[in-house]
Amino acid sequence: MIGLDTLVQGISPGSMLALPPDYSGVAMAAVRALIRLGVTDLHIVACPSSGLQTDMLIGAGCVATVEAAAITLGEYGPAPCFARAVGAGAIALKDSTCPAIHAGLQAAEKGVPFMPLRGIIGSDLLAHRPDWRIIDNPLTEDEDPILLLPAIAPDVALFHAPLGDRFGNVWVGRRRELITMAHAARHTLVTVEEIYDGDLLGDERMAAGALSALYVGGVALAPKGAWPLALTDHYPIDGGHMEEYTRQAASDEGFAAYLADHVMTARAA
Amino acid sequence: MDFSREELLIGVLARLLEGMGHIAVGASSPIPGSAALLARALSDGATRVTMLGSTRDNGFTDGGRELFDCAAQGRIDAFFLSGGQIDGGANVNLVGKGDYPRSTPRFPGSFGSAYMYFMIPNVILFREEHSPRVLVEKVDFISAPGTSPPSLWRRGGPVALVTGMARFSFDRHARRFRLESVHPGNTVDDVTAATGFDFDRAPAVPTTPGPTPGMLALMRGPLAARIAETYPKFADRVFTDRMAAT
Repeated sequence: MIGLDTLVQGISPGSMLALPPDYSGVAMAAVRALIRLGVTDLHIVACPSSGLQTDMLIGAGCVATVEAAAITLGEYGPAPCFARAVGAGAIALKDSTCPAIHAGLQAAEKGVPFMPLRGIIGSDLLAHRPDWRIIDNPLTEDEDPILLLPAIAPDVALFHAPLGDRFGNVWVGRRRELITMAHAARHTLVTVEEIYDGDLLGDERMAAGALSALYVGGVALAPKGAWPLALTDHYPIDGGHMEEYTRQAASDEGFAAYLADHVMTARAA
Repeated sequence: MDFSREELLIGVLARLLEGMGHIAVGASSPIPGSAALLARALSDGATRVTMLGSTRDNGFTDGGRELFDCAAQGRIDAFFLSGGQIDGGANVNLVGKGDYPRSTPRFPGSFGSAYMYFMIPNVILFREEHSPRVLVEKVDFISAPGTSPPSLWRRGGPVALVTGMARFSFDRHARRFRLESVHPGNTVDDVTAATGFDFDRAPAVPTTPGPTPGMLALMRGPLAARIAETYPKFADRVFTDRMAAT
């Protein structure tokens, strides 16, 4: 295991960074460390949607491009820094749809250049995605247009998991989108809630929900590492803090104050 | 019988879900989620529900992709979509108003709509707000198209639109909504004034029936407890006060 600040040094300026949805296992402590590091020009790939972490990274000036099916704080409302950046034209958008991001990651898992997917044709998303291509299904004589989506191979995937062992294996349980992200990314960085005393791959019941160290480039211990978001079976979302965030992040000045109070001090959580 | 606006809408949606084998419900959807659980409770074991955000009512174990793969195989019969804008052709906008990409306001994004609308035979559009700013003549951005040309593979699409004022059906050939019933307390004129698109209607439009006493007993009893696992605030606000009165 390495320290949080060392872990996030694995994310260089300009990296394509894959992040999980807010319900899955979000490395918020690492995101705060990343903001303190002052990384810039990130290309965020939300897998397939994102919330607080992407909003904070945008507000802190770390992001050049957002590729996502949605950016939202869910029941806490719209993502305020994202909305401001969109209105100001301050970030490039690669608007997508959930299964297109899953399929792009699956193409990268297989090492193939694209994945075909049904649906989507007729959506205005296509007009703004020159990297998406409609072809005629080559395996039939009939007219059958179908969409090809390029593989999404992120430079880095970053997430928070309940358990990690001394061998670099991490346990995600049923949150297997984290495993897909890790397979697709060249490099995966993980924070873990607790250390597992044993070998996660040595127990059949744990191995089914585990990601092998083969894919993991670094693990840091971060108790309450998803705070203020939830970690299933560990702690619920901190609703009071989320409400404070939405109030403060409603303006640039308020967001700067939020960063000063909860991020730059390094005493968060 | 006394019932709340939410209980009325849950009842309306549950009636539309009658006979469905597998209903899936997306995140942040307490009223559709409650309706799916009610339809299941009334189905005598014939209906399965997959509710994102739930642990007990979500059997997916293969990550975020499983919902979409399941839909692509035809294993999901009914699903709900909403929209920041919905137009008279059942096109849905979840991206934002004004000129893309500098949308103002910007909505969260298209989520899975551009896919699920094609895959799922019975998509119910649900939006509580019924106003000309939501129900528009033409959406500013098509996240998901209501209809497609016949040459394009498409299994699914819209069957109904339910709002806080009324229930419409959708005719995929005519590409038009038809007003089916108006919720208690509203008139056809109210609905026409609050709707930004043209729609068809019968000469006499009935009032939407409220939930039956049996439906209300289920909602305020076992369903309230079950929905609270995923939507505790919603269950508390909508059902708890009324449980004592049942």
